[in-house]
Amino acid sequence: MAVRRLAPEEIQPKSFAFSPENEVFAQEQIAKYPPGRQASAVIPLLWRAQEQTGGWLPRKAIEAVAVRLDMPDIRVLEVATFYTMFNLDPVGKYFIQFCGTTPCALRGAGDIKKVLERRVGEQSHVSADGNFSWLEVECLGACCNAPMVQINHDYYEDLTPENFEKLLDDLAAGRPVKAGPQSSRRSSEPADAVKTLTDPSLYDGSMVGAWRKRFEEEAVKAVDTGEAAAATATAAANPKPGKPDAGRAIDTEKADTPAKRVKEGEKPVTNSERKEAADTSKTTVAEQKPKGDVPAAQSGKSYVATPSKPEAGRAAAEAPTTPIAGTPPSETTTRRDGSESKPDVVPDPTKKSS
Amino acid sequence: MLQDKDRIFTNLYGLHSPDLAAAKMRGNWDGTKFLLEKGRDWIIDEMKKSGLRGRGGAGFPTGMKWSFMPKQSDGRPSYLVVNADESEPGTCKDREIMRHDPHLLIEGCLIASFAMNANAAYIYIRGEYIAERYALQRAIDEAYEARLIGQDNIHGFPFDLYLHHGAGAYICGEETALLESLEGKKGMPRLKPPFPANMGLYGCPTTVNNVESIAVAGTILRRGASWFSSIGRPNNVGTKLFCVSGHVEKPCNVEEAMGLTFRELIDTHCGGIRGGWDNLLAVIPGGSSVPCVPAHEIMDAYMDFDTLRNLKSGLGTAAVIVMDKSTDIVRAITRISYFYKHESCGQCTPCREGTGWMWRVLTRMSEGRAQKREIDMLLEVSTQIEGHTICALGDAAAWPVQGLIRHFRHEIEKRIDDYAANPHSEPAMLAAE
Repeated sequence: MAVRRLAPEEIQPKSFAFSPENEVFAQEQIAKYPPGRQASAVIPLLWRAQEQTGGWLPRKAIEAVAVRLDMPDIRVLEVATFYTMFNLDPVGKYFIQFCGTTPCALRGAGDIKKVLERRVGEQSHVSADGNFSWLEVECLGACCNAPMVQINHDYYEDLTPENFEKLLDDLAAGRPVKAGPQSSRRSSEPADAVKTLTDPSLYDGSMVGAWRKRFEEEAVKAVDTGEAAAATATAAANPKPGKPDAGRAIDTEKADTPAKRVKEGEKPVTNSERKEAADTSKTTVAEQKPKGDVPAAQSGKSYVATPSKPEAGRAAAEAPTTPIAGTPPSETTTRRDGSESKPDVVPDPTKKSS
Repeated sequence: MLQDKDRIFTNLYGLHSPDLAAAKMRGNWDGTKFLLEKGRDWIIDEMKKSGLRGRGGAGFPTGMKWSFMPKQSDGRPSYLVVNADESEPGTCKDREIMRHDPHLLIEGCLIASFAMNANAAYIYIRGEYIAERYALQRAIDEAYEARLIGQDNIHGFPFDLYLHHGAGAYICGEETALLESLEGKKGMPRLKPPFPANMGLYGCPTTVNNVESIAVAGTILRRGASWFSSIGRPNNVGTKLFCVSGHVEKPCNVEEAMGLTFRELIDTHCGGIRGGWDNLLAVIPGGSSVPCVPAHEIMDAYMDFDTLRNLKSGLGTAAVIVMDKSTDIVRAITRISYFYKHESCGQCTPCREGTGWMWRVLTRMSEGRAQKREIDMLLEVSTQIEGHTICALGDAAAWPVQGLIRHFRHEIEKRIDDYAANPHSEPAMLAAE
């Protein structure tokens, strides 16, 4: 987290309006999202507004985006201060984002930082000629080409103090510069020693369609079901003998079955005996207490479902604490925004909720 | 070494054109309609069988993630969101895919969206990747023009692909923070459950996948799950992009089989460690979030999820940060700690306050201006942050510090002794900030 505030009032421009091409851009962006979800376009629009004002976001631009996207100002302000790519203060013509995170630091970002401090000066300050300002940022995701900086839109990688000084000289003099690695590398391949991706058959089109063989073989297999069906038929005709003790438990001697009990000489239960056992008049039961003398629950927190009368002892809430299901939010008497704890705050129904 | 014909990203270094015609020659968009005709269940089943584990850091099986999406829509649309907010220090693989092999990604988006019945997909690219954004947008436009994607495309599955960009917040790489950001809010992670597969983007079922996980889908389906799972070691299969940075002779991105050893990786592709193998101090094997591993443990370790987890580290995004003996390891980890302090979204107190506290204490320790008992205090505080936050940024901030203390406590103690042995005007402080 970092504390990020808007630029002081005295340097804030008085007005901001999207240029016609940025208005077209805004419409394109909003069209990417489902209807009613135009807030999704807030980051692209803020970024475009920042481009239009020369690299930073004045308050008026933030408000213009809010109006354009029909969002409350504060929501856009939140976004503008949360994301670190939005510069809230003016920057130089060439805004240098210097990566200082560990992978770059291991490859000598410290020397690059010294060059910046010497040539441009303190961080977040625009140089006297207005050309440069720099900021140490976190990992820019070009770690195989460390150390690196981003200047406006482009990455400049594989820096050394020498080629970085030259780069700054060229930019200051308005000479064309080469974006990307400042070494002989093209991108993130191992320098002068690419051992992979050298097989020409990868690129001459011989890869195309080669994989279909697998599916053709599978299809052939599927056609060969005749063989499989024959195998099933033989299996049915000559069933394999089961294991000696294969089968369900009831077939074995161990199981406790009526047949086994008879075999062991146990006398089977006769019908008359069964009838006698079922006679309720002969059953022995515990003596029952007279009805109506229900013992009181041992604590107030009884789990016995005894109907209670709300007016007896228990204080009833004056109003339902939760809205009755189906009540539209505008008609509820209770507040649902957590403001009950602030009795002097009255919710204003006219205010646009976020 | 992995053979060239088994590589998925055949234009990783941008030595060939990223355009559609050249991409088709390399086998992109080859028989995509045929794959889609095999059906949704076949695709998900094949992805599950391939054993592909998510390439964004957590290593969750991709096929299983896809299968969590509702089979029947309840009236809400489904979305695929591709996480191209590559900001983990050390990681620079998705950038190469997007600028050099964009059609692999676009084709993967179509296949994944088809498998999850999503008619729209968003790619969330980090704001700083401006050139990459233009390159990817150009490729998307090409695909629309060739009617490979779009409402009325040749694959017979209406599908729209949109590119959305962020504005420099590491936390937006966390899937729910990414969705918040995509909805136009601050990137603050959401509580889970509900999981994005039930309530994601705009409250609709959503799956968030890493760029690399999506981009490999087409090739896996074409060449078969058995091909992919035959590469690597059990439970850690397939090919993986490794980003090697730091103190090697030739830092580079390279696609290799999972489960090759660290030594093979460095010797084959990176020209060895700067100053030889004896000069190796420690390695952070999976992006800044995972604890460092000292030289003797990593040298011959397999670079895969399970081996590195057993070394109390992790493969993460396979961003290998190599540090030789010239490294001030305490300062290196302190810088990582500063990164997490800078990138904490501020939502959960343990992370918002803890990341700054750890950074301040580590800054003093890197100078020796501390007490030895503070090392244990730091370790304890880091365990208080870990697991007590909504998202994994708290964990990610704590692990590098824990790794440092686990393996290099003697280094910190030596610094404290050195500082105490010399007279200073101000006394060593205690952590009371």
